[in-house]
Amino acid sequence: MLDRFYQEVILDHYRNPRGRGHLEPPKIVQEGMNPLCGDEITLELRVRDGVIEDIAFDGHGCAISQASASMLVEAVKGKSVAEAEEFLQQVLAMFRGDVEPDESRFGELAYLAGVRFIPQRTKCATLAWHTLEEALQHTNGQTP
Amino acid sequence: MATTQRVLDASEIRKQFPFFQPHPEMRSLIYLDNAATTHKPYSVIEAVSHFWAHYNANVHRGAYGVGAKASELYEGARARVAQFLNAREMAEIIFTRGTTESINLVAYAWGRSQLKPGDEIILTEMEHHANLIPWLRVAQETGAKVVVWSITDEGRLELETLKSLLSERTRMVAVTHVSNVLGTVNPVAEICRLAHEAGALCLVDGAQSVAHMPVDVQAIGCDFFAFSGHKAYGPTGIGVLYGRREVLENLPPFMTGGGMIRSVNWDRIDWAEIPMRFEAGTPPIAEAVGLHAALDFIDSLGREQIEAYEHELTQYALERLQEVPGLKLYGPQPDRAGIFAFTLEDIHPHDIATILDSRDIAIRSGMHCAHPLGDRLGQKSTARASLAVYNDTEHIDRLVEGLHYVRQVFGYAG
Repeated sequence: MLDRFYQEVILDHYRNPRGRGHLEPPKIVQEGMNPLCGDEITLELRVRDGVIEDIAFDGHGCAISQASASMLVEAVKGKSVAEAEEFLQQVLAMFRGDVEPDESRFGELAYLAGVRFIPQRTKCATLAWHTLEEALQHTNGQTP
Repeated sequence: MATTQRVLDASEIRKQFPFFQPHPEMRSLIYLDNAATTHKPYSVIEAVSHFWAHYNANVHRGAYGVGAKASELYEGARARVAQFLNAREMAEIIFTRGTTESINLVAYAWGRSQLKPGDEIILTEMEHHANLIPWLRVAQETGAKVVVWSITDEGRLELETLKSLLSERTRMVAVTHVSNVLGTVNPVAEICRLAHEAGALCLVDGAQSVAHMPVDVQAIGCDFFAFSGHKAYGPTGIGVLYGRREVLENLPPFMTGGGMIRSVNWDRIDWAEIPMRFEAGTPPIAEAVGLHAALDFIDSLGREQIEAYEHELTQYALERLQEVPGLKLYGPQPDRAGIFAFTLEDIHPHDIATILDSRDIAIRSGMHCAHPLGDRLGQKSTARASLAVYNDTEHIDRLVEGLHYVRQVFGYAG
């Protein structure tokens, strides 16, 4: 079961992360870290007219945390800030086990929902999403 | 006359541990996280349980029989620890919550009262945060300076380096007996001798040594020695600070409250004698009784026998781990303790630990509370397997099989 959890999609995102790197300014930079395990994610966002026009991540950590960040980049790029906020709450609920991992709704992220059965690893999957949550709180003040 | 060396049988030893008995609702676990905590034999669990059931009372006060018995058991545990460490007298044994509290006690009671701006504390690069952060903090507060004793690339401490760092400004050398990451066994007796020659004190962090080898504080010559009960088959919440009488006697208390004064009025406090001066409040009585039973367990096997058995198992583990392609092992070889920090290919240690857990093998992953060491190794996070006397070669074989499986999950061939 666990080898399938790792192999399906997660390793692909870990080995070939989408959107790893940096954006040219102007941008919002938000750092997130888990002090207990040392995983670090930095998100960079460019928001124009209330839309996440571009997003990139950098960081290091386990396959779950890095794949989650890679999937986040693909999932929220092009979404409005309001849509992204709504979506990230749904994703966090899915990782908690409160929402079913429906692939039509969550896409590849549904594969990461396996972490809800490994409580000690849930924080790895949620790190990027909590970082996005903080980043989006800074979007109000940003001028187009 | 040749003495017959009794060979330990881990499968027999496991029979003394409820954790390793078959349970209808639990899967049996290959437990290789002993540097974090060890399991407890029946004798320890029963000693604690028996205390709660029959002798529960506060110590050093009740005029009734059970209270006297509780005090007798608690002080009996102190005498047992003194004997176990070969302290000169039981007054040199202070009960704490664990190694961390023991070292904080020294950093606060000794450091705050003795350190002046310009004084130096020597710490090694391989220290656990328990023997690092209390010193960094007391240095910040007093203006003393922390001097770092670097390790070699192999993960050892060189005495020549220490000699170059010691000076008349050195007041304390605080060093771990056994590294919780590298498994290095440090020459603590020589370190203490050099520290004393320079006029400094020496503290030894024994968290990873007491359960695995003979320890004699007089032979080591340290001024302080700290360890935790729960890493030595005993309960959590109990630890020990050994302090040499001449040093302890001149220290103010760490915490204050009930039980640590001789007399008090609004204008004046007279501190109690050692060790009571350092044991404010109701101590961990049942836990001390459990620690007594844990030390009895260790001595029933024999500390030299434990050391010899674990050394042999360590050699087997070193050999087998190196068969795993892409595995990088940290720390010196072949003389080391049974603690193995490693990395495997580009696979993150958390992923290694999670996949091994799916095969019922428990190891640790992360930074092991030693961030500066992680920086030195250039490897923030490592996986770590660590042995105790109930482990055997079959456990190592299962670990090695598990690591091959981890490689397979991550798409590495053979």
